[in-house]
Amino acid sequence: MFDRTRRPKLKKNKVLSMKEAIAGFVSPGDDLYIEGFTHLICFAAGHEIIRQGIGNLTASRLTPDLVYDQLIEAGLVKKLVFSWAGNPGVGSLHGLRRRTQAGVTDPIELEEYSHFGMVARLLAGSANLPFYPLTNYRGTNIADVNPKIKSILCPYTGVELATVPALHPNIAIIHTQRADAEGNAQVWGLMGTQKEAAFASKKVIVVTEEIVPTSTIRSDPNRTLIPGLIVDAVVHEPWGCHPSYAQGFYDRDNDFYVEWEDISKDAKTYQDYLAEFVHGVKDRAGYLEKLNSGLMARLKAKPKKCEGVDYGY
Amino acid sequence: MDIKPITSSERMAVRAAKELKSGEVVFVGIGLPNLACNLARATHAPELFMIYESGTIGTIPARLPVSIGDPTLVTDSLAICSQSDVFQCYLQGGLIEVGFLGGAQVDRYGNINTTTIGDYQKPKVRLPGSGGACEIATHSHRVLIMMRMTPKSFVSEVDFVTSPGQKMVSNLAGRDQGASRDSLNLPGYGPVTAITDVGVLELLDGEFKLTELYPGVSFEDAQAKCGWPLKRAAQVQTTAEPSLNDINLLRNKIDPKSLYL
Repeated sequence: MFDRTRRPKLKKNKVLSMKEAIAGFVSPGDDLYIEGFTHLICFAAGHEIIRQGIGNLTASRLTPDLVYDQLIEAGLVKKLVFSWAGNPGVGSLHGLRRRTQAGVTDPIELEEYSHFGMVARLLAGSANLPFYPLTNYRGTNIADVNPKIKSILCPYTGVELATVPALHPNIAIIHTQRADAEGNAQVWGLMGTQKEAAFASKKVIVVTEEIVPTSTIRSDPNRTLIPGLIVDAVVHEPWGCHPSYAQGFYDRDNDFYVEWEDISKDAKTYQDYLAEFVHGVKDRAGYLEKLNSGLMARLKAKPKKCEGVDYGY
Repeated sequence: MDIKPITSSERMAVRAAKELKSGEVVFVGIGLPNLACNLARATHAPELFMIYESGTIGTIPARLPVSIGDPTLVTDSLAICSQSDVFQCYLQGGLIEVGFLGGAQVDRYGNINTTTIGDYQKPKVRLPGSGGACEIATHSHRVLIMMRMTPKSFVSEVDFVTSPGQKMVSNLAGRDQGASRDSLNLPGYGPVTAITDVGVLELLDGEFKLTELYPGVSFEDAQAKCGWPLKRAAQVQTTAEPSLNDINLLRNKIDPKSLYL
């Protein structure tokens, strides 16, 4: 995968609207990776992909949750690569269930790992390795149903290790708390596989709650998870994660995840939801206007500042 | 005094808490395991070291987490790490002493299925999949199972082994069918105790046997709920009633909205 023609993406101003970024960098048939381990899941990007009807996607993530299920229900996903597909703390993904259980005429293709297996695929992808070894999967059926999980004998100890192949998404969409216009992006709180997914992907869209001057990034360089070097586009999208959350900005809308069970169980109410909250709005600002009054005030984070550190010398 | 009768969820949380020792490193799951761990920390195990799968290390949640990535797990933790660190440094690195698991099906060897009911390619029920469960079962020093006992969940053979138990047995006979955990060189000791809503099963001579029944539950009650011929230990104890303090903590402090109780 080593590419001698690869150049750093050094453009100073990469800021686009969500509409422009999705139209410019997500194509039909792409291997898509919208990251977020409960935290920083960019629903705004998923909704824009649905509005633009970009289909035939292979969608990968450890934890495909509601936004991936919405892409599935919208008919845009042909294959799901994952390790845990559910509504965290609540139950099932009903769009996915409708396309995977016995009797389905147009089943979605599944490629299934464990969390560590998916992480290892991204580690290989980000490091330009063809595969990654892990001490996993013996005594289970996971490798029995996924021929891409293979094994190798350790050249030092002779011990058998499981292996998983590198994952190279076409496009990673990474939501962050703050970034500069070049895409140097800082994240705090849960870090999921944001860094590994960004480095493993051919293209990266950074979405951010706040655009800050580069001097703000430089004042706290340890907090930069994604360097602008690998970023193609920067989208300023405050509240872009709701009902997911952004630590220090707004809380997770747990009530929505619970209510989603009833909305999504029935295909009709599910489609009604997409019609109203996705197709029925122009952009994220339109979506936010439709939320119940008072909800954003209730979810807005209460300050809990850290002390900061001294970078002097 | 609280007059509401004690629920089976409360009994499970209280009984599971007793398995945890102060100073142990535990990988906490959402739901009943989270209640058990926080109850243990509030009572006999104040130094219980809690790690959540989302990457929060030395966690002290101020409110009940409703998902594995709840922001309350982040605030005031000792450290936050990436998923790569969780699975490589903490689990595969051998730092996790106790893991919690549950699922749709479990067998007498502690094999757990959270993948599919029925045929894998054409499932009757598509479940969420492994998540980190396979890793927890593989790498934790010991695993505690928390599951309600029904003939559909405590089965003679699971349809798919997602998380390895003590001996690999599955309706989907695969490469390791019949192999013992030791012969496969799995790093952790695997599932050792199953806390259910009727009593407790423990690993004795390589399989899970009934060792405790909750007050008022008979062996016949338990057998009627178990999908395999249940074996019992030489001495089956009656589990102690939860203390009033435990019940008060669960109802009023740890899960005040009764989300999981």
